[in-house]
This record gives sequence, C-alpha cells and structure tokens, in this order.
Amino acid sequence: MKRKAVSAVILVVCFLLQCTLFNLLSLGSIKPNLLLILTSAFGFSRGHKDGMVIGFFSGLLIDIQFGEILGFYALIYTIIGFANGFFKQIYYDDDVKLPLLLIAGSEAVYGIIIYVFQFLLRGEFHFVRYLEQIIVPELLYTLVISLALYPFILFVNRRFDAKEKRSASKFV
Amino acid sequence: MRKKNQSSLSNKYWLMAISAICCILMILSLVSSFAATPFKEIANITVIPMQKGINQMGMFLSDFTSNFETLQSVKAENKALQEKLDILTIENNNLQQEKYELDRLQELYKLDQNYSDYKKIGAHVISKDPGNWFSTFTIDKGSADGIKVDQNVMAGSGLVGIVTSTSTHWATVRSIIDDSSNVSAMVLSSSDRCMVRGDLSLMTDGKIQFEQLENNDNVVPVGEQIVTSYISDKYLQGILIGYVNEINVDSSNLTRSGYITPAVDFRNLQEVLVITTTKADLKEADNSDTTGE
Repeated sequence: MKRKAVSAVILVVCFLLQCTLFNLLSLGSIKPNLLLILTSAFGFSRGHKDGMVIGFFSGLLIDIQFGEILGFYALIYTIIGFANGFFKQIYYDDDVKLPLLLIAGSEAVYGIIIYVFQFLLRGEFHFVRYLEQIIVPELLYTLVISLALYPFILFVNRRFDAKEKRSASKFV
Repeated sequence: MRKKNQSSLSNKYWLMAISAICCILMILSLVSSFAATPFKEIANITVIPMQKGINQMGMFLSDFTSNFETLQSVKAENKALQEKLDILTIENNNLQQEKYELDRLQELYKLDQNYSDYKKIGAHVISKDPGNWFSTFTIDKGSADGIKVDQNVMAGSGLVGIVTSTSTHWATVRSIIDDSSNVSAMVLSSSDRCMVRGDLSLMTDGKIQFEQLENNDNVVPVGEQIVTSYISDKYLQGILIGYVNEINVDSSNLTRSGYITPAVDFRNLQEVLVITTTKADLKEADNSDTTGE
C-alpha cells in the first residue's frame, strides 16, 4: 500500500517537473522525458504489471492535459511499460548498462511511434529530419537525466524490498 | 513453475484490459468531446493547483533575481525607452490625425468594425507540453472565467495560438508554432492571402513557415508584417503574426513561400491575453444584423 502511494507521488512529481521546471532546462527546445524513464524503470525492475500501471497513468495525465484524443499516450506508455517487463528476468540492480540500454530503446520506440501516428499519417515524410532534430537529441538528454533519476527509483525500490522481506521474515 | 505461468497469463489479461480501456477512451473522445470532462475535473482539483503553485513560485524567484539587476542597466534601458517613447508619441499624433479622418470616412461608408477593441482576459501560462513533438500549453483560466474553445490567444501584440480545450479552471492552448497549426493570414500592406504553418523542424530556430502566397506584382519586402486574414473562420482579422524573414518564389512560379519571425517570444511565454470574442460570435452577430434589416 505504502509502495503504491510512494509510486503515485513519484509519478505526479515527475509529471509536474516535466511540464513546469524542465521547460527551463530544455536545450535547443529539447527536454528529457521523465515519465518514460519512470515507466521503463518500473517495467524492468518491478515487472509487467507495475510497468503497465505506471505507464497507463503517466500517459493518461498527458492525455488529460495536453492530448487531443484521450487514451492515445496512455496506450503507448502502457505498451512500453509492459514490454520493459520482459527484461525483469535478466535484470540485476547493480548493473547500470541494461537499464540505460532499455531506457534508450524505449525512448527510440516512443519517438518512432509518435512520428508514425502523429506525423507520417499527416503526410510528413522527412523521417531523417525528425530523427535528427527530435528523436536522437531527446534520447541522449533523457539518458543523461536517467543517470540521476534511475538511482533514485532504485533506492526507493530497494528500501521497499528490504521492508517487505523483513516483515515477511517476521511471520516465518 | 505453474505459478509463474499463471502470473504471466494474468499480466497478459492486464495488458489487454488496459489497452481496451485506452481504446474505449479514444473512441469515446472521438465521438464526443464530453468524454474527457470527468478526467479534466479530476485534474482540476489535483494537478492544476500544484502547477499553479509551482508557477507562482517560479515567478516569485524570477522577480527576486530581477530585483538584483544593476541600476546602470535599468538606467540604460530607461534612456532607450524614453527615446522610443518620443518616436512613438510623434507617430501616435500622426496616427490620431489619420484616425479622425478614418472615422469620418468609415461613417460615410457605414463601416463599424474596429479590430483593436476586442475584450481580453489575462492569464498565466502554468505548464507546457511534456513532450518535444508539439507546442501546446496550459493557462490558469478556464470556462469559469469565460474561456471558450476557439478563442484566440495573444501575448503583447502578437498572436500566440488558439484555445483547444477547456475545463473549469484551466484551458489548453495550441500555439501557432505547433506542427499541426495552420493559420490563414495576409500580408498587411497588400492584403494578399497566405497560409502560416507551424513546423517542428523550424521550432528550434524560432521561425514559422508561410506558403501559398500568390506570386503577383506586389513586392513583399523582408520585415513586412503578416497578420491574420479576413477569411479565417477561427482567427479574428488583423492580429499580428510576425514579420517576413525570408521570401522565395516557389518552383511552380505561381506562389511564393518563406519564413516568418513570430512577433511573440514563444520560449519565454509567461502571461497571455485571451480574446473573449470568437470569430463565430462575430459572424453570428453579422448574420443577425443582415437578417434584421
């Protein structure tokens, strides 16, 4: 229960930071995607279900405030959260390469999905231009930020894991 | 082993259930715009107040830092402004004289449309689109303050965008530099029409594109003002969009296109003005006038 509450608080804080403070931190009008880091990290460290739920709610927040269609971003983030869940088996929390790789992969997939559904379908065929100007810069900036945000998520998760283990051993 | 299979099965059900919810939401919001209303109301009491708070804090801090600006720079600015004021005063006098003439002539023609007197509401920008693909932002006034969809948004003297959705105490605005934005515009001096289109790849340069300007004898110099046109059904006529930055004749030789430097600095947008009259309102008023006579 406490874990859920803390996750929800982290989610809301990330959303608020993303929409307000990170506008000031944008480099060349590119800002990192905190919500994607969050979704991806919950996916590969906690499994399919947590990834999906975090993804769904981050997407829904974006949809409510900025989306044209309700549920579009929610679906994308849900799928990304779910897909990251597949890597839980090979994930060790001491390793930092796999998380970064997964976040980068999620970011690339996210960029391509947005391009295809929001730009390609409107007849914007300059994929390379979008790749150079949006997708790759966003990916790199997100990776830099995830170096800071990921250890924090890891720390929170570890604390809750330790607590759950302790309370479980009490009963045994 | 069996337990593991079960959990992966339930995960698939979860994915299917959430995807189904998303699809239903998408269909509902396509069918009617009211589908989003309950969600927006939830945002109204949760996220929006927090964003307003953060915004207020940011403004306090920026005020605080600007207090430390040196007296010298303020003096220099004051001098420059004073000079500008002198020039503007002279210009204003000339314009006043012309205005009297215009009023008289308009009376003769029974024209009574003054585009500068739209009623406006001020609002703060409280948050911006979390992604890099679009350029929409949220303002801290909503339907309770008289904001409606399709109202034009300005900052200073230039056009910023248009209200795309509203809730009780907040509204979303799509700016004209957004890739999906199209504004029907015209060249101020010659009234030649063109389309102003936001372009994602130009967003970083702070420019917007215009196209489909007729390639006629009217010379459009760099620096010429582009304003919203009289045929637009969403944008009110005569709002300044920006200044021509570059103009080229298209390969077809029939049209011209180029780039505009917007009159508004979209990066540091803090306060905006929402015009409470929409073009639809004006049209309705026009129609009722003509039917009444």
